[in-house]
Amino acid sequence: MSSLSSQVSTTFDVERIREDFPVLKQTIHGKPLVYLDSAATAQKPFAVIDAIRKFHEVDCANIHRGVHELSQRSTAAYEETRSKTKKFLNSKSKSELIFVRGTTEGINLVSSSWGRKNVKEGDEIIVSAMEHHSNIVPWQMLCEETGAKLRVIPMNERGELILEEYEKLLNPRTKMVAFCHVSNALGTINPAKQMIEMAHQAGALALVDGAQAAPHLKIDVQSLDADFYTFSGHKVFGPTGIGILYGKSNLLNAMPPYQGGGDMILNVTFEKTTYNALPYKFEAGTPNIAGGIGLGAALDYANQIGLDKIASYEHELLVYGTEALSQIPGLKLIGTAKEKAAVLSFVIEDLHPHDIGTVLDLEGIAVRTGHHCAQPVMDFFQLPATTRASLAFYNTHQEIDSLVAGIKKAKEVLL
Amino acid sequence: MLEELYSEMIKDHGNRPRNCRLMQDATSQAPGFNRTCGDSLMLYLKVKDGVIEDASFVGDGCQIFKASASLMTDRLKGKTAAEAQELFNSVHEVLTSDVPISSELGKLAVLGGVRKFPMRVKCATLAWHTMMNALNHAAEPASTE
Repeated sequence: MSSLSSQVSTTFDVERIREDFPVLKQTIHGKPLVYLDSAATAQKPFAVIDAIRKFHEVDCANIHRGVHELSQRSTAAYEETRSKTKKFLNSKSKSELIFVRGTTEGINLVSSSWGRKNVKEGDEIIVSAMEHHSNIVPWQMLCEETGAKLRVIPMNERGELILEEYEKLLNPRTKMVAFCHVSNALGTINPAKQMIEMAHQAGALALVDGAQAAPHLKIDVQSLDADFYTFSGHKVFGPTGIGILYGKSNLLNAMPPYQGGGDMILNVTFEKTTYNALPYKFEAGTPNIAGGIGLGAALDYANQIGLDKIASYEHELLVYGTEALSQIPGLKLIGTAKEKAAVLSFVIEDLHPHDIGTVLDLEGIAVRTGHHCAQPVMDFFQLPATTRASLAFYNTHQEIDSLVAGIKKAKEVLL
Repeated sequence: MLEELYSEMIKDHGNRPRNCRLMQDATSQAPGFNRTCGDSLMLYLKVKDGVIEDASFVGDGCQIFKASASLMTDRLKGKTAAEAQELFNSVHEVLTSDVPISSELGKLAVLGGVRKFPMRVKCATLAWHTMMNALNHAAEPASTE
């Protein structure tokens, strides 16, 4: 492996980038930390840590209230993130961007607010076979409540959605197609633009779960023509508890509020409340202000490096990792789509992922083991769990070598 | 540390679990399932005149889980329900506190290696909780998550 690892990217200065992530400079059980769990949560650069710290140290105040200096500063910093997100997603307007807690809340907002108003008995909602539970359960709940039917786009053995089957599922009763841009368990990059177009031709809307796409791909909601697109801050190097829901303004305007409270109103009397304009109509209560500001710093950071550069370096890592893991006897990669983000999910003959995970941990290597909140995916492959190494642009070829060595050690120790 | 967890005994019982079979004439049985890791089993007991004559399980999961279920079913044979409860208490204590590991535990003492791995304790205790459910004819499946 060591000879292969000399094929280090010459265009991407990963060692420079690693300096920006303080968490990476530590040892775990006496070994240098090898963090391969970025699909669960990504690590945070100094830029994000410092922005959050500065807010709490210097600018802390509630937003959209009060005329004092601190409130103005915190409001400006928080709203600045909306402008940065507009650029990040290429949305038409800032008012189409709603702060939520994360992708899960983004999907729940749509299924609750849009769903209850627009979905009736006999209607159909389509999800895909590779969804995270967060893009299954909210729609299931809506279907139970309304009497609508949940239908599922199947996938093939490589972990690619079968578009011919998807085409067959679409019909005039289809109201919504909800699918992930990138699968968290398999790494598959779905042909979002084409799938959205197909939904639109059938008269349905499309919601894209962008949680795993936002850290890896350049996203353009206008070019995709997505009706809703949502992602989480913490997967894109920002803090937890903050995320974004994009929705087309005509759709958002027609939707009832999701939660009631402060900030989402224009005028309240006991007789009648009038709601605020977009995006505030959907933002009840004091939000995660520090999180919003941290997210802004994270988007700046990712943009500075460049999503194109990130995608190309990560692809290089993926190719290297796929090649290296494939050489381990008894190892089978789960998720071998042609279009794939840097996720290496695998099983090894006679070894359970949890035992592998524990051996790797003692080698300082952090991976995810389990069903990845995608039990239907595990059922499809008839597996209880997999081990998943998910990569980010701060990972190196040498770290993949460490993973390979760790897996070999696991085989020695456990068998 | 790793050798303490994956001792030869754990590997032996984890890779080649004993009593891993269906029991047609069980007097009680109970399911156990840890949702997030996928460890699952059906535990069978044959109790006659207050004594556990036979114990077995079918299931799948990690090595720690299988080793624990294997060692447990081996040990239960010939024990009364009260003795099984005492064993449960001793194993539970060994896994969840730092009490010295008593020599009375015999082979079960190897489970003590798991307590330095808090994330794995649930793997080692699942079969034991399931056993208690089988003895008590509990209505709900056992889980240690």
